[in-house]
Amino acid sequence: MGYDLQMKVWRGDATGGELVDYTVPVEEGEVVLDALHRIQATQSGDLAVRWNCKAGKCGSCSTEINGRPRLACMTRLSTFEEGETVTVTPLRTFPVVRDLVTDVSYNYKVAETVPPFAPEPRPADGQYRMQQVDVERGQEFRKCIECFLCQDVCHVIRDHEENKQSFSGPRFFLRYAELEMHPLDTNDRRELAREQAGIGMCNITKCCTEVCPEGIHITDNAIIPMKERVVDRSFDPVTWLGRKIFRRDQLPEAQVPQGRSE
Amino acid sequence: MAEIERHSFDVLVVGAGGAGLRAAIAAHDAGAKVGIVCKSLLGKAHTVMAEGGIAAAMANVWKEDNWQVHFRDTMRGGKMLNHWRMAQLHAQEAPDRVRELEEWGALFDRTPDGLISQRDFGGHRYARLAHVGDRTGLELIRTLQQRAVALGIEVFMECTVTKLLTSDGRISGAFGYWRESGRFVAFEAPSVVLATGGIGKSYKVTSNSWEYTGDGHALALEAGASLVNMEFVQFHPTGMVWPPSVKGILVTESVRGDGGVLRNSEGRRFMFDYIPEFFKAETADSEEEADRWYEDKTNNRRPPELLPRDEVARAINAEVKAGRGSPHGGVFLDIASRRTPEYIRRRLPSMYHQFKELADVDITAEPMEVGPTCHYVMGGVAVDPDTGESAVQGLYAAGEVAGGMHGANRLGGNSLSDLLVFGRRTGLNAAYAAARRGQRPEITDEEIRTASEHAVAPFGIEGGENPYTVQHDLQEVMHNLVGIIRTADEMERALSDLAGLRERITRLSVEGHRQYNPGWHLALDLRNMLRVSECIARAALERTESRGGHTRNDYPATDDAWGRLNLHCRLDGESVDIAREPLPQMPDDLRELFN
Amino acid sequence: MAAPTGIKSPTRARIAARTLRTDRWWLYPTFTALVLLAFVVYATYRAFSGQHYFAEPYLTPFYSPCVTTECVEGSAHLGTWVGDWWPFSPAVLILVIPLSLRLTCYYYRKAYYRSFWMSPPACAVGEPHRRYTGETRFPLILQNIHRYALYIALAYNVLLTYDAVMSFKSPEGEWGHMGLGSLILVVNAVLLALYSLSCHSCRHIIGGRLRNFSKHPVRYRLWGGVSVLNGRHAQLAWASLVWVAFTDFYIWMVASGTWSDPRFF
Repeated sequence: MGYDLQMKVWRGDATGGELVDYTVPVEEGEVVLDALHRIQATQSGDLAVRWNCKAGKCGSCSTEINGRPRLACMTRLSTFEEGETVTVTPLRTFPVVRDLVTDVSYNYKVAETVPPFAPEPRPADGQYRMQQVDVERGQEFRKCIECFLCQDVCHVIRDHEENKQSFSGPRFFLRYAELEMHPLDTNDRRELAREQAGIGMCNITKCCTEVCPEGIHITDNAIIPMKERVVDRSFDPVTWLGRKIFRRDQLPEAQVPQGRSE
Repeated sequence: MAEIERHSFDVLVVGAGGAGLRAAIAAHDAGAKVGIVCKSLLGKAHTVMAEGGIAAAMANVWKEDNWQVHFRDTMRGGKMLNHWRMAQLHAQEAPDRVRELEEWGALFDRTPDGLISQRDFGGHRYARLAHVGDRTGLELIRTLQQRAVALGIEVFMECTVTKLLTSDGRISGAFGYWRESGRFVAFEAPSVVLATGGIGKSYKVTSNSWEYTGDGHALALEAGASLVNMEFVQFHPTGMVWPPSVKGILVTESVRGDGGVLRNSEGRRFMFDYIPEFFKAETADSEEEADRWYEDKTNNRRPPELLPRDEVARAINAEVKAGRGSPHGGVFLDIASRRTPEYIRRRLPSMYHQFKELADVDITAEPMEVGPTCHYVMGGVAVDPDTGESAVQGLYAAGEVAGGMHGANRLGGNSLSDLLVFGRRTGLNAAYAAARRGQRPEITDEEIRTASEHAVAPFGIEGGENPYTVQHDLQEVMHNLVGIIRTADEMERALSDLAGLRERITRLSVEGHRQYNPGWHLALDLRNMLRVSECIARAALERTESRGGHTRNDYPATDDAWGRLNLHCRLDGESVDIAREPLPQMPDDLRELFN
Repeated sequence: MAAPTGIKSPTRARIAARTLRTDRWWLYPTFTALVLLAFVVYATYRAFSGQHYFAEPYLTPFYSPCVTTECVEGSAHLGTWVGDWWPFSPAVLILVIPLSLRLTCYYYRKAYYRSFWMSPPACAVGEPHRRYTGETRFPLILQNIHRYALYIALAYNVLLTYDAVMSFKSPEGEWGHMGLGSLILVVNAVLLALYSLSCHSCRHIIGGRLRNFSKHPVRYRLWGGVSVLNGRHAQLAWASLVWVAFTDFYIWMVASGTWSDPRFF
């Protein structure tokens, strides 16, 4: 039950580009990435698109399809009407490299600033013990495939380039939350979440959760709990008074990896 | 020519999957200056596709388990063709490698008393796979990635190595290009670790990603190393068969480990008809016993669905050929009728998601359709088992690109542990060797010029072959003629077809320019794919018996004489040479484990 | 003019459209804005009107507790300890509490940032503001007081429950009365309590803040319960909002004599 799909694919680079029309024969059960591959194989061999596993597990083929941030390998053509034109553009939050490929190095730079896991020492028998209920919260966040769609959709950086300096984005709030909830971790990253990661910039409009292909409850289970932890640390009048009166400098601060302060 | 970008390291790791990252971490810990080069973004390597778990005899679930049992399972699964020393090191060191991951932040599923939980898998006597739901590979790569980032190891992302450089028979570095800009880059390093994964992209139906073009295999061959066991290619019994666009995508063995069974179109659990003599003693012969085994492993034998992968893949192939397949040419994998929806969603979340999203199938309510898919190559660079060094001084290999560890067939779960155990060993030894050597080598302009000319050749040809078409034809040849069941005349045809393709790839032409040009990238990868395909076909033709991941219709029996021989591929000019070499002899104390 | 930012930044793909979305993304913000606006207009009118808020035994939630001397006879369950200095209707004094809870609520923040402030109007739709600092400065930094608003609101939930219980007394002060108004007040108290309990701050305080659930089994179970409610927080926010307005409207109609309250017994 194949048919001819009308597509508009953005082609170009940092100096400019445009939506180019393609007509692609497609088959039943195919996804947008199949159509892009067919363009590569039969019409434009140099169409640049990033992809790897083609099964929604690696998070490489992030694009915007009809204006919505999505994985091209997990967007089935059956979600569109047969006569509908499918428009594919690169992510619009990151610098474009070529065609559908963007420079996502911002995310890798932010990753370097997250203080790493700092576990308590091993018990005498060498075996850490953790209960399933305690690891489950972190496991949800570790489902993240780093497709960076949440980073792409987040208006804090999508609509304000300058905020990239002071804002880590949903993917890394997930990481902060994971470490803060890790049963063995000994670091306290709450102050860093506020000061360095800029969690206060988030106004919880939940787009990150809406686009997450892994269905992680980014806002409800990671960002808001982190905001509440920051409140515990920085906005709770009782602890604030305590610190003022007893001149007690709270808990030890988290360690940022060495030589990674930029 | 213009100056090109140069970097200098003690240890250069090519590939950022599990083995590459683990090697880089180890080399860094040993004091070396380390660089990682990878074709994709960091954290996207094929390791993320590993689902089931990491095999390690930690004895958290079954006290009876220990490294000797794991060693025995591995050797038997590999049809005794494994390098015994690798299998031994692997079984001994895997538990520590898993526990180490926990120290770096991995969150494995737990047993009730808080230890790392372990699950059942094909060919393993006891529940042995440390896992995180069915996304263990993702957990492994993320943990290693975050560790490498925390250590400040330099990573060159989206950078492809096209040539290894040697001087006086020792490694001096590597040459490659940035995918993004198309610019060339040279790395000077006394030790190079190959961790480039496998070769699956040479096949039509595969669970592997585009990266799996056998780069490391081909690079090592060209540098003068030999490849061992290349005739053994693992077809995973359960890949998706429908819709066509996802054909080959993996369906984890955990589905069977957690209670799923295989049925043909008549509803029969056909695996009971395919139990080989070799495994009869430890395999259940009735459905009742097989079902009891999930609860009571001591008094019952394993269900035949959990035989090693080669056995199951051949059985499925035979059922489909006999006309008892499913509508889309596979068989049924049914867990829906055997476990509750809650259990399935909890134990197999990404399988549930994958079928729901890609095939519109709810695996908690209906059976899946599955069939064999090219999954893993047992063969690879022949290395010293303890250090991971190849025949070329300074050239190391770990993970899927290294050969010997898995013999004729790999057990599920042994791949992730292989990455960790041998990733660490090669990383350490590469660092020690670099330190012993003292100064870093230098690459001459002449070498760089030759390598660059070779790389840009496809741009100079107009009106030549389309690389996508050539790749497609190559996949057809390998799939149809050197696939899961092989015969001499088909492989001879394959070799002549491959010779034709070899001629065609000298006439590839690509459009556009060097900046992020997938057509060009494929044109370069094709050389490697072709080289590796030729090794597979030649080795497969040479081995006149059936064993593990190598099944000959014209020689269906396993031959003891062949059980004492390994096949090595070496490059002689432009052609591939095959040599028979005796299998390393196992010491008596280990041999006793098999009596 | 400053350099273009956001999706018009020079390094990004040059695409002119603010969004390429083809679905009706404007539906949610428009609908939200209309409902919220309607509520604000209605509530403001009722709060300042200062009449028809008590129809023995029903006290509208907008005026509960009624604590100024202005309160009509029988409506001041807690006494009139505030006295007579308060210049506005007693409702204005008390509505600050639910208002502060709802204003700082994690769900309503999404709702009004999207629909009123258009920051952003919908996912992957460009927002119109040049600069954005989120909740890092005054006044929005005050959103961090949400949990204190919750503490007060929980006390307020107790009072509304008390009001609902008192509605089972007849106008003559005898127990055993029940009218349609009693039912409405019970539903109102339940919805508002569920809204408070399902709040994200509540979820955090109950157990979310713990690092090890396994060491606090009771709090873990409570957290599980609150988490289930929390999954319905948005629905509860809307349901309780509409219902509280309806409750007030019903009592207004009864108090003004427009209709009379059907009595069951």
